[in-house]
Amino acid sequence: MSVMVAPATAIADKNMPDTEGHFGQYGGRYVPETLVYPLQQLEDEYARAQTDLEFQRELSYYLREFCGRPTPLYFAERLTRELGGAKIYLKREDLLHTGAHKINNAIGQILLAKRMGKTRIIAETGAGQHGVATATVSAMFGMKCVIYMGAVDCKRQELNVYRMKMLGAEVVPVQAGQKTLKEAVNEAMRDWVTNVRTTHYILGTAYGAHPYPVMVRNFHRIIGDEARRQILEKEERLPDLLIACVGGGSNAIGLFYPFLDDPTVRMLGVEAGGEGILPEKHAARFQGGSLGVLQGTRSYILQDEFGQIQQTHSVSAGLDYAAVGPEHAWLRDQGRVDYSYATDQKALEAFMRLARLEGIIPALESSHAVAAAIERAPSFSRDSLIIINLSGRGDKDVMQVAQKVGLHMPA
Amino acid sequence: MNRIEQRFSTLRAEGRKGLVIYIGAGDPNLEATHRLALEFDRVGVDVLELGVPFSDPLADGIVNQLAAQRGLESGTTPPRVLDTIAAIRRESQIPIVLYIYFNLLHRVGVAEFIQAAAKAGVDGLLVLDLPPEEADGYEGLMKAAELCAIWLVAPTTPEDRVAKIVRRATGFVYYVSREGVTGMQQTVSRSIGAMTDVIRRHTPIPIAVGFGISNADQARQVAESAEAIVVGSAVVNRIAEFGRSPELVAKVGGFVRELAEALKPR
Repeated sequence: MSVMVAPATAIADKNMPDTEGHFGQYGGRYVPETLVYPLQQLEDEYARAQTDLEFQRELSYYLREFCGRPTPLYFAERLTRELGGAKIYLKREDLLHTGAHKINNAIGQILLAKRMGKTRIIAETGAGQHGVATATVSAMFGMKCVIYMGAVDCKRQELNVYRMKMLGAEVVPVQAGQKTLKEAVNEAMRDWVTNVRTTHYILGTAYGAHPYPVMVRNFHRIIGDEARRQILEKEERLPDLLIACVGGGSNAIGLFYPFLDDPTVRMLGVEAGGEGILPEKHAARFQGGSLGVLQGTRSYILQDEFGQIQQTHSVSAGLDYAAVGPEHAWLRDQGRVDYSYATDQKALEAFMRLARLEGIIPALESSHAVAAAIERAPSFSRDSLIIINLSGRGDKDVMQVAQKVGLHMPA
Repeated sequence: MNRIEQRFSTLRAEGRKGLVIYIGAGDPNLEATHRLALEFDRVGVDVLELGVPFSDPLADGIVNQLAAQRGLESGTTPPRVLDTIAAIRRESQIPIVLYIYFNLLHRVGVAEFIQAAAKAGVDGLLVLDLPPEEADGYEGLMKAAELCAIWLVAPTTPEDRVAKIVRRATGFVYYVSREGVTGMQQTVSRSIGAMTDVIRRHTPIPIAVGFGISNADQARQVAESAEAIVVGSAVVNRIAEFGRSPELVAKVGGFVRELAEALKPR
């Protein structure tokens, strides 16, 4: 993690995307013709829902009563003391029902699916948190649910596979390619193209064809809206730095977006550095990637000289993905958000450290954000404030981490 | 006149239906692709649609996904596909369309790719995941290079959008006859005629219908409502079956000849 956080003076244009889903040169709608009209219908329905008070009321009701919002903004006292720098707050998305921020978007999208008269739900999942959230809301609303998940991810996030099955979803292990998140998205898109009249695709991150990136961001902005209000209540001032992990980038954009107009608030997105920035050993698109078009949108992707998508690696299934959400690419170009990475090793250390110091077991994805905070907090003064988005809890990772840290685990 | 336009004008003059055959380039290797192209020309194929293998072919069913995988494994890159087409051109004037995912153009630069394709002897591009809304630069470049930009119309495309798409069409309009990925099916969709009628209300350009046609009977049936039919997975399946066997070209050529025969006026 060597990228410096630049002083934040730039104000990014919050009026993005444009009407066709572009964030500057990023975003858009690069899909086979069969999906264009269904995406336009989704865009129109979403626009209607945004101004429909009844929809908004229903959404807030479920977010409050079913999901458990608002989530606390918790002062991590021992971590702060030990690092000896900035005061660290944790936005506790891990306390939401199903265990991660993903439910914010899943609830929003299933209410849209209901409005559109869809009866069948599909989704992709990497770590399984989006799959569990989708299976959960499908169960709630009595809809048939199919989740596509890479076969490698099924194995490393087994707990979540069982949870989805218990919730009544069919889990389809995807055997193509490297058998992780990217292949699960391909398979979900194939299903959607085939069953588009009856089926809504609850895409789980701020990625894909318009309107998904903007819609998913808006369903998650409640994270930042709450955090902003909470920090003003507790500290009577805005934070100096926000930190979140970035796979597709939904939890990060959810936290960042409501602070974009606050010039003193700096932001850091943390990608998966895997085993280091070498081809096929990481998933840090801003480190080793280049501009490309994949799975419906234009953004930074990991690809070879001919445009074939490269393999990725991360200890964290949720960050192990070859592309990053288009709005992140845009915010990076604007100099509004900085992006760094944490290696597998640093994430594992952060996982253990948060557990031991705060009694909170974070998801491996969120551990990347914690790792970045551990690195940076000491260089901040004691009166400065950092908010980490603790996007999910680590129950799903317990077996994997136990094996990985093995002998290194303190007795 | 571009070879595709030339061919469709000949077909119209002779009162024949066109046969478009899809195969994955480099499956099982580019040498086989070269030999298959020449054989297709000989047995009466009107347009060769050559799939450029991509790591993430999300519009393709399992048959064509596996073909792309075999293509990548045999070392097939876009420049090598173009080299093969240049070699085919020394022996054959069969019209050639590249079926390709946009990232492969985007990576080297859309302008550079189009120029290289035209130079190699490609006649048209069908970019799967590039709808007209994202294609402003692309269309001008295609026109300048005298390549046909082939556009897709799907069963989900409403009529006002059909009008918008076919206004841009050059060469032929590709009607995807069903919702779904590429692949074979038992029966062909009954709504084909209704949709080709819609398309015809907005353009005089020939229509090719594809996605799912797998035998001579289906070919004949679909050809009633279109100027051409596209057969892909059924051919690719036979390539997979014979692979590197010395019988490959004869067997696949034989199957394609049956399809060509089925389309002849009776």
